[in-house]
Amino acid sequence: MLGLGKRDTSLVIIVTLMALLAPFILNPFPTESAMAQFNAGYPDLLQRFVIFGIFAIGFNLLFGLTGYLSFGHAAFLGIGSYAVVWMYKLLDYNIVPGLVLAIIVSGLFAVLIGYISLRRSGIYFSILTLAFAQMMFAISYSDLIGRFFDTSITNGETGLQVYTSDPQILLNDWESVPHLLGLVEMRSTYILDAGAWSFSFNAGYYFCAIIMILAFYLSVRIFRSPFGLMLRAMKSNQQRMTYTGLNTKPYALAAFVISGMYAGLAGGLLASMDPLAGAERMQWTASGEVVLMTILGGAGTLIGPVLGAGFIKYFENIFSKINDTVLHQWFSFMPDGLEDAMVFIVHPFIGKGWHLTLGILFMLVVIFLPGGLVEGGQRIARLFARRKDTAPKETQSTPAE
Amino acid sequence: MGILEVRNVNKRFGGLQALGDVNLTVEENSVHAIIGPNGAGKSTLLNVLVGKLIPDTGSVSFDGQSVLGRKPFEINQMGISRVFQTPEIFGDLTVLENMMIPIFAKRDGAFRMHAVNSISGEQEIIDQAEHMLENLNLADARHDHSASMSRGNKRRLEIGMCLAQEPRLLLLDEPTAGMARADTNNTIDLLKQIKDERDITIAIIEHDMHVVFSLAERITVLAQGSPLVEDSPENIKGHPKVREAYLGETAA
Repeated sequence: MLGLGKRDTSLVIIVTLMALLAPFILNPFPTESAMAQFNAGYPDLLQRFVIFGIFAIGFNLLFGLTGYLSFGHAAFLGIGSYAVVWMYKLLDYNIVPGLVLAIIVSGLFAVLIGYISLRRSGIYFSILTLAFAQMMFAISYSDLIGRFFDTSITNGETGLQVYTSDPQILLNDWESVPHLLGLVEMRSTYILDAGAWSFSFNAGYYFCAIIMILAFYLSVRIFRSPFGLMLRAMKSNQQRMTYTGLNTKPYALAAFVISGMYAGLAGGLLASMDPLAGAERMQWTASGEVVLMTILGGAGTLIGPVLGAGFIKYFENIFSKINDTVLHQWFSFMPDGLEDAMVFIVHPFIGKGWHLTLGILFMLVVIFLPGGLVEGGQRIARLFARRKDTAPKETQSTPAE
Repeated sequence: MGILEVRNVNKRFGGLQALGDVNLTVEENSVHAIIGPNGAGKSTLLNVLVGKLIPDTGSVSFDGQSVLGRKPFEINQMGISRVFQTPEIFGDLTVLENMMIPIFAKRDGAFRMHAVNSISGEQEIIDQAEHMLENLNLADARHDHSASMSRGNKRRLEIGMCLAQEPRLLLLDEPTAGMARADTNNTIDLLKQIKDERDITIAIIEHDMHVVFSLAERITVLAQGSPLVEDSPENIKGHPKVREAYLGETAA
């Protein structure tokens, strides 16, 4: 279907269902229950799941297919955000022109950065991309370019935002927040109360989710295309590639630019949900995060980056919110001394310590599941398949013996 | 004039004269072996031919066109394919995918962006690749990871990948190095078969005299970066200078 094989089609359908039903799936606990804080089905977090999913899918097109590890992909995320906010400032709150511009501008930057960085491979490539991203972070944070023109391009450490003094030449009276072609505001949310549960359906989330599904579909097509085969060949053996008459440079650059445009789109969507753009979006920690997402989910797999992005964003938002009061509630069934002891033990892993939990999980995954969460899933599936296979065989073989 | 003409090629690495005034003519549709003791400059010469190294002076032309200054992939596109000492294949890909890549490279050239159409739609390429694999007796392994194959089969695949591009000149760098006798003989048979079936020129660098004398029609002996003598295999066997420089060395 749609030019995909059977397995890929079912994968796209699974991702589509997961994305469309996420407000239900990620909200399994009743609102008033003690477990409600593990619910992730609120608009702000859902949006981040899919936006960072797009970011990771794009990153995987570069890293997973070609093996080139970019350590500066957050630069494109930031460029995308700035592009969208600038369109708010110049035109109006319609997100479409901004998103188009975000993809184009991040693509142009990717051509430039990729052309230079891809002159080297391995660790040198990673360092070059990191250097570019840090330069762009520094330039944005100090608003260096703006100073030359005696105006503000990135608005420095405050971050770029819309002011009433901005031109906004297309602005209508009713516009005050980002919207899609005037049809729907990104922040509008429908809340469905079903018994003890409360589900929110947010327009912005669904817009991002549909874009993520399209982005995922496109990435599957690229994986299965002759171009994707060439990229995998390049990861496997560049020497043979060259001595087969293939020019590796344009292949790598094309992958880098596509992946940069994905990142730009993700950055643009961040600013579409919340009309702000700050330099910290370009910082090296953000570049590192997408590397973690991709490796955690499974680099080079189709669905891995989406899972990795969801996993990390869940931890970042849910585990960081657990505090000692919550812990005391959990362990309140224990005798007092033991309760305090348990809280003392668990304390470093929650709240601000969520990085510690994530770090441990990351180590475990890399050591025991080098193929990421996807490999974990495959192993479990194989375990079940083997049980199914062996069970009937035994019954069949007994009479023959 | 031969298909490959090397004229007065010099290459220095610091104080070492790796190649000194090398002249070599490889005739079209011949099997030409280049032998010589270790350090004679055989690999340097090969790297000059494929564009990996640029000589300090001299000229190298293939089919009347200079190869100097061209990148390795451009030289390959001119019709020169290279087989490496250790088989260079795409280890992470399946055998069939390995074979499809040179066929794509032949059809589409050095770069073409087929980013959204599916590989499974490229029936023509798949058919050609399957056909090549059948000729190489590798069809049963087509869905295996190529890294899991035996060294002999990796070599067969690599040679097959080079042939899939239908090159006019096939360069082999010690194709049987580190192989068991049976695999070596298989490789010799494969090369003989290729020679009989195709219009192709083969230049081979080899240490194993058994391989050289079973295949070569012409032999050039390199010693200390310069060609010592070039002749037919019969004459090379008894040549006193060669015995001294190379065969004598192994006998002693």
